[in-house]
Amino acid sequence: MVLAVTKRVGRSVLVVLLVTVAVVALLGLAPGSVAEVILGENATPDAVAAMNAQLGLDVPLWSQYLSWISDAVQGDLGTSPLTGQSVREAIVERLPVTLQLAAMGLTIALAVALIMGVVSASRPGSALDRGSSAVSSVFLSVPAFIAGPVLIYFFAIQLQWFPVMGWSQISEGLGPNLRGALLPAVAIALTEIASFHRLLRTDLIGTLREDFIASARAKGMPGGYVMFRHALRPSSFSLITVAGINLGRLIGGTVIVETLFGLPGLGQLVASSITSRDVIMVQGIVVFIAVVYVGVNTVVDLSYSVIDPRVRKVAGA
Amino acid sequence: MTEVAVTQRALPETGTSGTAAVALPVVPVVRRRRSVLVYLSVLWLVVLIAAAVAANVLPLAPYAIPVAAPRLGPQFGSLDLLLGTDTLGRSMLSRIVYGARVSLVVGTVAGVVGFVIGSLIGLLAGYFGKRLDAGVSLVADAMLAFPPLILLLALASILKPSVSTILLGLTLLVIPSFIRLSRANTMSWASREFVRAARNIGAGHCRILFREILPNLLAPLAAFLPIVMAAMIVAEGSLSFLGLGIPPPQPSWGGMINDGKDAIATSPHLVFVPALVIFFTVFALNQVGDHLRTRFDRTLHD
Repeated sequence: MVLAVTKRVGRSVLVVLLVTVAVVALLGLAPGSVAEVILGENATPDAVAAMNAQLGLDVPLWSQYLSWISDAVQGDLGTSPLTGQSVREAIVERLPVTLQLAAMGLTIALAVALIMGVVSASRPGSALDRGSSAVSSVFLSVPAFIAGPVLIYFFAIQLQWFPVMGWSQISEGLGPNLRGALLPAVAIALTEIASFHRLLRTDLIGTLREDFIASARAKGMPGGYVMFRHALRPSSFSLITVAGINLGRLIGGTVIVETLFGLPGLGQLVASSITSRDVIMVQGIVVFIAVVYVGVNTVVDLSYSVIDPRVRKVAGA
Repeated sequence: MTEVAVTQRALPETGTSGTAAVALPVVPVVRRRRSVLVYLSVLWLVVLIAAAVAANVLPLAPYAIPVAAPRLGPQFGSLDLLLGTDTLGRSMLSRIVYGARVSLVVGTVAGVVGFVIGSLIGLLAGYFGKRLDAGVSLVADAMLAFPPLILLLALASILKPSVSTILLGLTLLVIPSFIRLSRANTMSWASREFVRAARNIGAGHCRILFREILPNLLAPLAAFLPIVMAAMIVAEGSLSFLGLGIPPPQPSWGGMINDGKDAIATSPHLVFVPALVIFFTVFALNQVGDHLRTRFDRTLHD
């Protein structure tokens, strides 16, 4: 068990290291440097070279990488030469918005998928099942950059229930905060609903065929009780796994809605840093996102074998 | 199940010879559920591909030249005005048709190139195992840990935004999923008896890989292709939506939504027309892909 955990964690660390190498190599190959952005179009080559030397960009890529990674391990991701803000500060400042969006999107998706999944699985093949499967196929084909503008048109412009753009902090009151976050969260949630519904439907149908369900029904327990107390829990296992993994993925996947709705989150910061060639900032954020994603994956994998003894046995064999 | 089918087929002969007709279990023919949606999806894709291929021959206005006043709504009468005009007065229909070229080319090329490279790497990793497998899986994991849209954004900012840049980025996104799929399928086939038989009669690795295992992989992997193409069309759309995709004046569906989104309050068709086209295309590809996968992918059954 301990060996398996060490192996899994070691592998994750390797993956993260590979990601950092790739990011630094990728951004290092970019033509033009942040010095040109800071000094403007008319900078002399000498001034650019001096600025590069001052920022430590004149040494070879691998030594830039080594010094960056040794700082990064200690939690210092560097300072943006463009804004003077430390990368860690920027992440801490922006993360709550993205995290709230991702969490709200997932919560909405889980709630809707739960209802649709139970409806589907209670009578597989029925009109209701086919109906909700059709709805989930439709949702699967609505990416955020389509859902966003369409939601804005109907709910923010026509009905004026929600603001078109903008974000208000939770400290300014929960109501306006939720109002601003709801549309973007729904835009993210649509495709998630589809994948959650499919997963839950398959698992629930499988569970409902088991003997203990038959015996619960034979005892005369009401259908709703059997569904929610007996069938749902063993079926929601892989759903929760996928939801956890998707939370990690969404932290890097909210770029579209953040730009569209003008939300001050991580995604917007990455997008604007990439256009201004703020390499240090991009490097820090991408690595942060990768660490979160890989970390969540690892924890989910490991907890899987802690919660379910059957998985542990297979892994040990 | 196949055995039963064989005995059933042989049944009429035994029946006529007069021997005791033992009541064999009657196995009903498995009825494939034909979904109207799949047919409609194929129809839509065929129409779209035909339009994109024949765009030069069709009686359409050029996509870069204004044909009427800007932001006209959809109207009958003239083919060019059927879907209205965009913010510069260019024909939306023409831009949709030419945009289909970009989306379809990007989706197909990135999908197929990623499919070929990823499948081959996955095949080798799954077959040889050990060090190679460990290394390949590690790289695939690292590629999957990279936030996809951010990789595309970074590439678009490093290299000049163009069709080939986007193709490069999208192909990089496709490869790891095909590696995983192909590796898993290879491992399940490589342990089969016919592979051991081939090895026992002295077949080399090359023969086993390409003559014994690969043919079995093609169907399930190719069935995954439409779903990947749908994802690629969405990714290209997202990138163009952020203004970092196909450079103007060449039209792309995501770019059209981006152009129109600021005027959505007054002329919603600027957004709704390309949005519906993307939706229909992605939906159709997903439907076809699901249909093919349930038929051909062994890892989804048993």
